[in-house]
Amino acid sequence: MSTVRDWAEPNPVTENRTGLIGKPVDRYEGRLKVTGTAPYAYEVETPSAPLYGHIVSSTIARGRITAIDTKAAESAPGVVLAWSHLNVPEQAARGARINPRSQRGANPALASDRVEHYGQSVAFILADTPENARAAGSLVRVAYAEEPADLDFLASLAKAGPAPGEEDARVGDFEAGYSASEVTVDGTWFSPLQNHAQMEPCATTAWWEGDKVVVHTSIQMVKGGQHALAETLGLPSDRVRLFTRYIGGGFGGKGQSYDDLTLAALASRASGRPVRVAYTRQQMFQATIHRPAVQMRVRLGADRTGRLNAMAIEAVTHCARNAPFVEHAANFARNLYAAPHRLTGHRLVRLDIPHAGAMRAPGEAPGMLSLECAMDELAETLGLDPIELRIRNEPEVDPDNGKPFSVRQLVRCMREGAQQFGWDRRNPVPGAVRDGRWYVGMGMATAIRGNFLLPAKAGLRVTGDGLATLTQGMTDIGTGTYTILAQITGETLGLTLDKVRVELGDSDMPPAPGSGGQFGAATAGSAAFETGMVMRRRLAELAAGDPASPLYGEDPTLMDFANGNIVLGNRSASLAALAGRAGPEGVYVEGSISPAADARDWSQHTYGAHFAEVGVDSVTGEVRLRRMFGVFAAGRILNAKLAKSQITGGMIWGVGAALTEANPVDPRFGSFLHQDLGGYLAPVHADIVNLDAVLLDEADDKANPMGIKGVGELGICGAGAAIANAVYNACGVRLRDYPLTPDKVLAALEAKGL
Amino acid sequence: MLTTIRVNGVDRAADVDPRMSLLDFLRERLDLKGTKKGCDHGQCGACTVLVNGVRINACLSLAVMHEGDQVLTVEGLAGEEALHPVQHAFLVEDAFQCGYCTPGQICSAVGLLAEVAAGQPSEATVDLEGPVVLTDAEIRERMSGNICRCSAYPQILAAVRRAAGVAA
Ligand code: FES
Ligand code: FES
Repeated sequence: MSTVRDWAEPNPVTENRTGLIGKPVDRYEGRLKVTGTAPYAYEVETPSAPLYGHIVSSTIARGRITAIDTKAAESAPGVVLAWSHLNVPEQAARGARINPRSQRGANPALASDRVEHYGQSVAFILADTPENARAAGSLVRVAYAEEPADLDFLASLAKAGPAPGEEDARVGDFEAGYSASEVTVDGTWFSPLQNHAQMEPCATTAWWEGDKVVVHTSIQMVKGGQHALAETLGLPSDRVRLFTRYIGGGFGGKGQSYDDLTLAALASRASGRPVRVAYTRQQMFQATIHRPAVQMRVRLGADRTGRLNAMAIEAVTHCARNAPFVEHAANFARNLYAAPHRLTGHRLVRLDIPHAGAMRAPGEAPGMLSLECAMDELAETLGLDPIELRIRNEPEVDPDNGKPFSVRQLVRCMREGAQQFGWDRRNPVPGAVRDGRWYVGMGMATAIRGNFLLPAKAGLRVTGDGLATLTQGMTDIGTGTYTILAQITGETLGLTLDKVRVELGDSDMPPAPGSGGQFGAATAGSAAFETGMVMRRRLAELAAGDPASPLYGEDPTLMDFANGNIVLGNRSASLAALAGRAGPEGVYVEGSISPAADARDWSQHTYGAHFAEVGVDSVTGEVRLRRMFGVFAAGRILNAKLAKSQITGGMIWGVGAALTEANPVDPRFGSFLHQDLGGYLAPVHADIVNLDAVLLDEADDKANPMGIKGVGELGICGAGAAIANAVYNACGVRLRDYPLTPDKVLAALEAKGL
Repeated sequence: MLTTIRVNGVDRAADVDPRMSLLDFLRERLDLKGTKKGCDHGQCGACTVLVNGVRINACLSLAVMHEGDQVLTVEGLAGEEALHPVQHAFLVEDAFQCGYCTPGQICSAVGLLAEVAAGQPSEATVDLEGPVVLTDAEIRERMSGNICRCSAYPQILAAVRRAAGVAA
């Protein structure tokens, strides 16, 4: 096992010998995407004309199907088959595993008469056209025996229990420390249930080749999807070939497979035809995961200079009754600020609603909406600038575990952000700045998000035409994986980008964990880098051992790679010629990365600071973003353009969380109030004004051999808190109930007599 | 119903189910899958195409209503070699991430530029008398029917400006 010291050796990427690393090149697959020729899962070509599936969903939250009649549907025009739990082909029981190395258990569809949430699949129609499938679906008659359901999170708080297998994290004596503090803040924040709302609905195209099923599906984890389907069908994993090459947004919501995958595979087997199944937009809301609501009580105690003495975040969140998931909204605080007396922990309420799960920056995204506003309140109470308060609480080592930081540029993010944003123009007195009918204010907040490296592999082939092709069972969910892997491979082998190909999203390729937790770039990228280094050694040895090579007999360890050649002094051998002579298939190697044995001896995070200026309409209570700026530190940046897109995208998610996004549960049915994009308000163009971000120079030599880290989730962390703090600065109203919609703002303004 | 629609300059005749949306006609009958289905309810803009030069949501329109119409989809924008200026601008400004909303955004931007050139005002237009000035506010307002959950909005704004030849 390697140690971080092994990673410190200079290498082609850290030396950036040809300048490809960091370069803002266009997206590798960009041309396909702007011409509409990138095939997403529902769109791949099938070996013969496909049939179309349509899923019928439950209309109750909890109970039993007492009768289901699919006869009318079966005899409707064009219908090939109609399934309910009564006649769906056999599948393994939920969670079952027969393959020893499966990452996921079985996930059967239409498995029983039990209904566990509104929107659960209860019937499936297969027909010759989408119109016929949908029309037949409307003919299915279902009778239910409803059972009492727990649907209301806030009304169920008293039922909250401990998160399974978890204990509160206690340092010192919080209660004593808090009550002994000179200055305190005590507030309860609420972050509502939110939806991923990826633009591409979950979809699968499936067909069988003999006893093997080929599926193209929209999923963030290649192996996870392959294993879940294999277990559900009771097959060895290698009889499921899963492709996921282009994914129309994931954000955590496609970290798992859904019934579209299972039913497409089953229906294709039953019909002998390729099958396409897509979720409707309504099913995306009701039948995939969501970010759970979180209520957070935050208590801060400090001395008069602002040094924190006591800090507590107690979070209560929800999950589905039979699908445990904890939104760890308090965890980030453990690494962010030091205080001798601390308490952080989570409680869980079980509800009869769809499954809660991971959504972009799970934990931090809702969690920072509380603590970063509490810090703003504390700063105001102390008469301190919010940045100064944070600087006074900047720890020397990780407050959670005493480990040194690999690198922590949080203070620099705040200082540079303040300067570029014009923070000195902020009037600290709330409500002091008016622009016509608008109250205008500024707010800031910090960002923190962990950095992770998981084991991963990659394959690399160099062929006689001088092309290098990287293959990896990895995904690109819009994050830029294709592009950065091309840049890493090009830099490692001394090739220009036109000589590099990247192929992803195939379960037959060397596996990588997929996209999630902002570990993708570091994990997949490091595997690609290591594989490139294996290829360098292989090619250099070939050059030294090949009598036809100009480098025959030379020391391979002295050879360098540049411009498609292996170079030593003034002699060179081209990769194309070497690979061509090696055989018709060229040269193929695999490589891998695993976490260093001592990687966890350092505290590794990405950091940032958000600054927002908002206007609050004194008449309507509407909050409008006026400008937003962030400075971030996230290791070496592989592609300045794409990294910035990730970051600004995350910041805009923070705008949505602060101002518009929420999905209440309808207590009558257990459905979500918003089941479409007209009701669920993700930000649109007109909501986003003058938003920009800067990434600091950084290299984290404890993270991986390239010193890179993830950026996909950092941008959302703390972003909404900066906006809420700006709302307070604008109009003097502290709203702790997200999103800050006009009704709430107006009521608060009125309550203040404004 | 036998329906003939001129799509990307070619007459395409098909026997169309009257329930079939223009979007499904393009995707399923003509195999033009560049036009995306994000919601099927006119709420996201992923299915935006140009019908007789005007942008519409193809999911909100039945195919049989378009007998004789000229439909332009994302597949019809680029030349043999060169991208359409709007496509090129989206590429260099990184105005997309997952790319699923992108064909709709691009068709919408093409329609927007034509509307502005024709002097059609929007909610954001300040002066209703003179020619429409393509301000950032105009672009944001006119592109607000196209949701991008990846939230490439700043980059899309830059792309539309670039395509319009407006200095950033
Ligand atoms: S698919 Fe037509 S507007 Fe969403
Ligand atoms: S690029 Fe992903 S939704 Fe716009």
